[in-house]
Amino acid sequence: MSTSPDVRRETRPSSTVAIDLAAVRRDFPILSRQVHGRPLVYLDNAASSQKPRSVIEAERSLYEGYYANVHRGVHSLSMESTDAFEAGRVKAQAFLNAASTREIIFTRGTTEAINLVAATFGRSRVGAGDEVLVSGLEHHSNIVPWQMLCAEKGARLRSVPINDDGEVRLEELERLLTPRTRILGMAHVSNALGTINPVAQIVEMAHARRVPVLLDGAQAAPHVAVDVQSMGCDFYAFSGHKIYGPSGIGVLYGKASLLEEMPPYQGGGDMILSVSFEKTTYNELPYKFEAGTPNIAGVVGLGAALDWVTGIGLDRIAAHEHSLLEYGTRRLLEIPGLRIIGTAREKAAVLSFVIDGVHPHDMGTVLDYEGVAVRTGHHCAQPVMERFGVPATTRASLAVYNTKQEIDVLVAGIEKAREMFV
Amino acid sequence: MSSELRELYQEVILDHSKRPRNFRELPAATGRAEGYNPLCGDRATVYVELEGDRVKDVSFKGAGCSISTASASMMTEALKGKTRAEADALFDRFHRLITSDPSRAAENVAPELGKLAAFSGVCEFPVRVKCASLPWHTLRSALEGEATRVSTEETEASRGEAEGKTRPEGSS
Repeated sequence: MSTSPDVRRETRPSSTVAIDLAAVRRDFPILSRQVHGRPLVYLDNAASSQKPRSVIEAERSLYEGYYANVHRGVHSLSMESTDAFEAGRVKAQAFLNAASTREIIFTRGTTEAINLVAATFGRSRVGAGDEVLVSGLEHHSNIVPWQMLCAEKGARLRSVPINDDGEVRLEELERLLTPRTRILGMAHVSNALGTINPVAQIVEMAHARRVPVLLDGAQAAPHVAVDVQSMGCDFYAFSGHKIYGPSGIGVLYGKASLLEEMPPYQGGGDMILSVSFEKTTYNELPYKFEAGTPNIAGVVGLGAALDWVTGIGLDRIAAHEHSLLEYGTRRLLEIPGLRIIGTAREKAAVLSFVIDGVHPHDMGTVLDYEGVAVRTGHHCAQPVMERFGVPATTRASLAVYNTKQEIDVLVAGIEKAREMFV
Repeated sequence: MSSELRELYQEVILDHSKRPRNFRELPAATGRAEGYNPLCGDRATVYVELEGDRVKDVSFKGAGCSISTASASMMTEALKGKTRAEADALFDRFHRLITSDPSRAAENVAPELGKLAAFSGVCEFPVRVKCASLPWHTLRSALEGEATRVSTEETEASRGEAEGKTRPEGSS
């Protein structure tokens, strides 16, 4: 089985040229629909983002034109499908600036990627009395797999506390990186608060103690440029569905040297070279970790999504979202009784808030009738909610296609909820 | 405001959510239970004082959305003086109302529901059924006299509330 040639990341458009917002919005068919008779204002992008036409078309043309199983047949359709599938891997490699496509493993999403590392790397490295370290910012998916591993091994899961702004306390990290720490799991960007962690510095601190680092990039990949080599992380995971791609597909990057020594995750077809009842020889990287027929359409769609994002340019996307964040923060703070949860200096475009007298659940229902989709609840980050002493928040999470006018609609909806409940 | 939204947030519901009645602890309680909805963080502690088989007093404390707060408040008003069997029967009526097929909700507005009929709009909002039912599930435990903790994620399925309506925790 051949691996695709390695590619370097291409040069991105300059961030000095603003994005063409109208053109961006035209790429997303769903944005023209209405909800309860109002234009859709989709501000739930941290949960999942919408899909540009190119992603939808990529899946359609696969199914209509050349679909077959990959890595199998000698017939034309199988070869065409395999080429498209492996082209998706090259795009993911370029997107992350990984050294090789051997380091790109397709998973169902970030959650499965973290579970893979916990179940293989974790299981072979963590023993009784050892420690696994995460931060107080993590999504449940970067807590529970480690908790399960620790329960199985008699190890201890510890967490680095965060400060009142929602930033990881680096002096605590320094203290909690002990000779017993076997791995550090850390969000690149927090889903509940938007905090962008200083990951290069964190990786450096961990590596100084010989602790490998897994970064949960689910919330980072759609919003900030990711370069796994300059960050130096050992593992990096992200999901297709948050970066304008399909659901059910994600990427695990791992350093080849670590992946080589790790046992396989699941057994089955595609991950083997030869099987007899006495002995199985596992396939080479990355296929060793991809048992069974993969999510072929998912990879093709993800490739189209990464092309779309790269075509706009992550620097320009980040600049646009940052201006929305600044505008949204200012507008929200004008509302009496509103408190923003998560005020890190380095922050992605997430506005998580509570407001005196209006429960997030009621806020979510009222906003829905204004056409505004937000997330309400604990955002799968209950430790974060505990830390700030709130049971739940309302979260508006922004994406490249959002506008200042949409933030105005959000603010008007919040005012309406205040009139009703306060 | 849309008509569905007005149906959900009727004046009496907004009134009880802003000024909940019987919102206090009950030192003479013969039973108390804690209810918890892990999906939205709503908590309600329900206190009951039984005299023989009758509810002499009932109260609640906690924090939740307007639907769960108003439901708890109006529940306490409706229950005083009722026997346990009557309380159970009222819960069944109430439950049938909030889980109605919206096109047939009117048929489930039984006269014995009284003011609780205001919750008829909840059936249009499947994700809010648990908000309205949490205090009632908690009451049932309190009436059983055990200091228990009720979670919507354990009770709902057993009542068939979940069918096609509840969702597991969403992503991120």
